[in-house]
Amino acid sequence: MRAKPLAGSPFGGRPTSAREYGPGLSLLLVAPLVLLLVGGFLYPVGKLFWGSIFVPEATFANYGRILQEPLFLLVLWRTFEIAFVVTALALLLGYPVALAMARVSGRTAILIAACVLVPLWTSVLVRSYAWIVLLQRNGVVNNALIETGLTETPLRLLYTQGAVIAAMTQVLLPFMILPIYSVVRNIPDDLVRAARNLGAGSLQAFFRVTVPLSLPGVTAGVLITFILSLGFYITPALVGGPGTLMMSTLIGQQTTELLDWPFAGALAAVLLAATLLLVIFFRRALALNKGFKLG
Amino acid sequence: MDGASVSVRGLGKRYGAVRAVKEVGIEVRSGEFLSLLGPSGSGKTTLLMMIAGFELPSEGAIRIGDRDVTYVAPNRRNIGMVFQRYALFPHMTVADNIAFPLRMRKVAKAEIRRRVADALALVQLQDFGKRLPSELSGGQQQRVAVARALVFEPPVLLMDEPLGALDKKLREQMQIEIKRLQQRLGVTVIYVTHDQEEALTMSDRIAVMRNGSLEQIGSPTELYDNPATPFVADFVGKTNFLEAVCQSCNGTGLEFGLGQSGFIHLKECPPNLPSPPRPGDKMRVAVRPEQIRIFRPEDSDSPPLNGVIEAVIFVGSFRTFLVRLAGGELVHVQASTDHGIAHPQEGDRVGLTIPSQAVQFFPERRP
Repeated sequence: MRAKPLAGSPFGGRPTSAREYGPGLSLLLVAPLVLLLVGGFLYPVGKLFWGSIFVPEATFANYGRILQEPLFLLVLWRTFEIAFVVTALALLLGYPVALAMARVSGRTAILIAACVLVPLWTSVLVRSYAWIVLLQRNGVVNNALIETGLTETPLRLLYTQGAVIAAMTQVLLPFMILPIYSVVRNIPDDLVRAARNLGAGSLQAFFRVTVPLSLPGVTAGVLITFILSLGFYITPALVGGPGTLMMSTLIGQQTTELLDWPFAGALAAVLLAATLLLVIFFRRALALNKGFKLG
Repeated sequence: MDGASVSVRGLGKRYGAVRAVKEVGIEVRSGEFLSLLGPSGSGKTTLLMMIAGFELPSEGAIRIGDRDVTYVAPNRRNIGMVFQRYALFPHMTVADNIAFPLRMRKVAKAEIRRRVADALALVQLQDFGKRLPSELSGGQQQRVAVARALVFEPPVLLMDEPLGALDKKLREQMQIEIKRLQQRLGVTVIYVTHDQEEALTMSDRIAVMRNGSLEQIGSPTELYDNPATPFVADFVGKTNFLEAVCQSCNGTGLEFGLGQSGFIHLKECPPNLPSPPRPGDKMRVAVRPEQIRIFRPEDSDSPPLNGVIEAVIFVGSFRTFLVRLAGGELVHVQASTDHGIAHPQEGDRVGLTIPSQAVQFFPERRP
């Protein structure tokens, strides 16, 4: 679940090294990665999916169970709902930060970069426990609320959907900020200046030039954040309660507590299929590859 | 459309302790083509950015026509601008790029379509409206940038080294096209360049900038024939500088000694000196390479300057002789290629004369 390489360069690029390396050498170079992917990912995942249909005998009963029991569909729906809200929040909070990072320089730039990166380098476990410290019954937030007289008795903040969303947004924010930043940073100042010169106010210049040109970064950030939140495990498990059960926690329960591997495989297959469908739809809907290049 | 005058008065820009532009005053006439010429770091681009409104001046005022725009937002100045790297919007087609300033001005749709077509025709890109800027060549992008900057008929057009990215041949072609367009439309142009040839070719007047200050402003011929400072003499065209001492000054003329190299004799006092020089005054003498006459020593009894040709550079229509004078100075002499005449060769001894009107004098700076 940790940092995958940021999904392909938003500007695309031609493989210029194709002429320098022959097909044999190229295959040799990718062989270790292919072996790792096949052995460490394709085989176990394939086995899990195989098991969901053919163990103990060939049947779609596991999938039928998912469709019949409202609980599982509810968890699936909730997972997507939370992932959607988290992605939207991260975009809303992250875009201005990415913009600021690209615009400022010197000390301020270093400070902002540190604020974005240090949490990224801190363990998800630590950050999730930090949210528990903040949100628990006599935690920082509740104490502050009581001190200021906004409430008499401590509120139940932890183990709520709000807590899960807040913690996940915070954990995933860097994955939204960094791709957007890397694109916005490469938008030449002259383009915004040209827009201003041609009669656009600063808001118009922002919405007609900066925003459209930053879309490749936004797509990358949204996709990474959304996919990561769909499979998020530790944070929802720690700050969420039974009422905020998400798919990954559910799959975890099936494998580690109930030892029902075939059913876990079916759940995983449904999650994967739904994710892929949504990602394809998302890319189509935004239709971002208009074929323009910066610079 | 009619051009507007642009008046820059006492304009200065500070970045912390650095003064990028110092008390610059320029009056650009309406319909004039004025170049801001200077080396990089001379403040010419900063000056342009202040006129465009992207930088706020630390002091002074800018007026366009009779309107003070010193602190007006860039989008309310109604100035066209062509950027160094064109700054075309990469996510919009050529037609959308050109329509942008009209859309910002809420021009009616049919009107926009008509004016975009006119602008495309103006720069001879009628069939390119539907393409993206990345699908055009550098020269074509340049034309789109010009069309976009002119489509809303601004009274003033700013150009920031617009031809810097083009190769020599295309650059020369675009220089002529831009100049022709400017004359046809009557728009006032302020053109930033570090290329003196470009400035000489295109401008009505040139303002030479140096270290943030205005060094001299004048027509190309004024600047070339009567540079006010050694810097201008050196930056606009090629110039030979020689150290000379005034030897005599009387009714028959002026005589300057060049040490062992010889002397220069003038019939009258040079025009750019405030007072006639006195014997013993040290001067810097500036002479254009094409104004020095070169001949064989046997053609004259006592040539004023003597030297040996070190190298001959053939440039087609003319050739440049590098002549080492007896006193050690190296002088560039340029002569047109006359066919059928034997030219002096490397190693030949030659005599040089300098006509009175060809010489510029600059008093030696006191230490």
